[in-house]
Amino acid sequence: MGIVELSGAEILMRCLKEEGVEYIFGYPGGAVLHIYDALFQQDDVKHILVRHEQGATHAADGYARATGKPGVVLVTSGPGATNAVTGIATAYLDSIPLIVISGQVPSPVIGSDAFQEVDMVGITRPCVKHNFLVKDVSEIAETMKKAFMVATTGRPGPVVVDIPKDTTDPSIKVPFKYPKQISMRSYNPVVKGHKGQIKKAVDVILEAERPMIYSGGGVVLGNAAKELTEFTKHLGYPITNTLMGLGAYPATDSQFVGMLGMHGTYEANMAMHECDVLIAIGARFDDRVTGKLSEFCPNCKIIHIDVDPSSISKTVRVDVPIVGEVKPVLAEMIELLKGSKKKAPAKAIKEWWKQIDEWRRMDCLHYDRGSELIKPQFVIETLYEVTGGDAYVTSDVGQHQMWAAQYYPFDKPRRWINSGGLGTMGFGLPAAIGVKLGYPDSDVVCVTGEASIQMCLQELSTALQYNTGIKIVNLNNRFMGMVRQWQEFSYESRYSHSYLDTIPDFVKLAESYGHVGILVEKPGDVKDALKEALKLKDRTVFLDIITDPTENVYPMIEAGKAHNEMRLAPGSIGSRELA
Amino acid sequence: MRHIISILMENESGALSRVSGLFSARGYNIESLTVAPTEDPTLSRMTVVTRGSDRIIEQITKQLNKLVDVVKLIDLSESEHIERELMMIKVRAEGDARSEAKRLCEIFRGNIVDVTASSYIIEVTGAASKLDALIAALDENSIIEVVRSGTTGIPRGLTGLHV
Repeated sequence: MGIVELSGAEILMRCLKEEGVEYIFGYPGGAVLHIYDALFQQDDVKHILVRHEQGATHAADGYARATGKPGVVLVTSGPGATNAVTGIATAYLDSIPLIVISGQVPSPVIGSDAFQEVDMVGITRPCVKHNFLVKDVSEIAETMKKAFMVATTGRPGPVVVDIPKDTTDPSIKVPFKYPKQISMRSYNPVVKGHKGQIKKAVDVILEAERPMIYSGGGVVLGNAAKELTEFTKHLGYPITNTLMGLGAYPATDSQFVGMLGMHGTYEANMAMHECDVLIAIGARFDDRVTGKLSEFCPNCKIIHIDVDPSSISKTVRVDVPIVGEVKPVLAEMIELLKGSKKKAPAKAIKEWWKQIDEWRRMDCLHYDRGSELIKPQFVIETLYEVTGGDAYVTSDVGQHQMWAAQYYPFDKPRRWINSGGLGTMGFGLPAAIGVKLGYPDSDVVCVTGEASIQMCLQELSTALQYNTGIKIVNLNNRFMGMVRQWQEFSYESRYSHSYLDTIPDFVKLAESYGHVGILVEKPGDVKDALKEALKLKDRTVFLDIITDPTENVYPMIEAGKAHNEMRLAPGSIGSRELA
Repeated sequence: MRHIISILMENESGALSRVSGLFSARGYNIESLTVAPTEDPTLSRMTVVTRGSDRIIEQITKQLNKLVDVVKLIDLSESEHIERELMMIKVRAEGDARSEAKRLCEIFRGNIVDVTASSYIIEVTGAASKLDALIAALDENSIIEVVRSGTTGIPRGLTGLHV
């Protein structure tokens, strides 16, 4: 077979096919019309038409988080490109592999303030892993190969490929051959960890008397949940997960002490504060995790495994750094541990567990179960019950996100899909559509609030077009709840613009989009409503659940405070005994 | 502490803004920055002079290494190196000041590269501190214009920064 001659637009389609891309999330416009025409004439890649480019990036992002495959986005130049930026930044902060193809005005007019022209490469530079401007049709195949490689290897991240319209002109054809392999002299991510460092780490781990395992999103991204679980089980040490790392270790296991950080459990945060050896795995010591840096884990040695060298010692000094992918590093550690004659000091570890159980007794996730108002925590617990703990849960950002993280114990990785780093409201709904496309037979639930959901609400239309039967659990407290909570605690309850007094009738709204809407106003109706929604397999169901507007997320470490300075839920054992 | 970071990177459009953007986005300071292609036209050599604690410099080098266009880099200040900067300084040269300017030029081993009845342009190379010293030695009122290239540097001996 000879080499075929194709246009730039056709080449682009062939590249996506070669990369095994199933879905491309996009929105057409002038600069990408040649590409859309080529898209129309092929059947390999399915296009999902969103209603706003931000939705395209979040949907592709949700798909990527759930499936582990890169998400692909296609947007036009100018406003199409800038609308995609929030989604690109969201993926960047959480290290999600995305390929964002943006149309650009034709090369001869670049720089002339042409219609719908914006410097996409310049605008996205600080929020992408890398970006490319294609200068000639002959560069498209190689550039796409590089884009996929950069996005998916090392610490993953979004890559933008900006394609001027003239390079996709259907009348200009060039020979096409997709490179099988590509190497870049300037890009060589580390895979395996340094043997000496790994050995040193194992020695430190086995000398610990009060050890703590702290694992993050890197374990999920690196597909190392199995290794993490084996490692933790072998040692018998307590483990906490970050918001991004939930599900990497089964949350229902007895060694799991809950999430840590600003809204982490009392036991997780206290164990962080008191531990003598901290084993950080694929986590980046984010400020929402560490609290006050000068008092973070004051008396401990820190081992840190991360694929990104710049994550190591960025905010917290590390004693034993290991640069490498978590999966092979953990596998090597397990090997060494199994072969080691040295054993962890059993008596000290037993004492440590006794202490942790004492902290657990404080019942930090307490809430008023007798309330006549629907408690948001109760909704999440019920959701866990009716889905058998096996749903894919996406969320938006705010109180509902924290409650979902706290009260839905995830036992498997890639089940919990949320914008952790950037904290992007509007993420949950489009992300759920992306997840559902990846797993059409699974339950996909978007836990949201009445403020967040309105930020990408237009995607309800996309959900109908592609028949993605997602369930929207809207914890409607008529407030931007997290803002209100901070105003209550730090601004003497001056609720400055955190109240939404013109909320749409979500049931009618869902119905007008062709979906099912259910209003839930009593605690006694929550379970049946959730069950009914899940039963409607092929329908998108919008559950508008009217919750207690005064409920707060506890425990809470306020900004600038240390791990041992938590605010506990009123009525909990901890709030009485530790007062 | 002052550090001279020497970077070998792909000679692509936008490479410079990736580096300068990184410094501004992360709040690192740049004292000077020079860039030009090397003997291999696909590679650029960039020299950045920056200040920061050991911890900040460690982050700067890690973040720079993370840029996909960066092939290699070294912190020249960590070992023996040669540092040079070019300065051209235009001074008033009338009356007594004319001979004084010429004398200072000789002391600093500079060259006078442009002469008019009332001005000189002195060209001088050296470490940044030497150029600072010449400026300090000249009468403030006699200086018309100063142009500096920014620091470049190279490690001593056989070792070098190459692909």
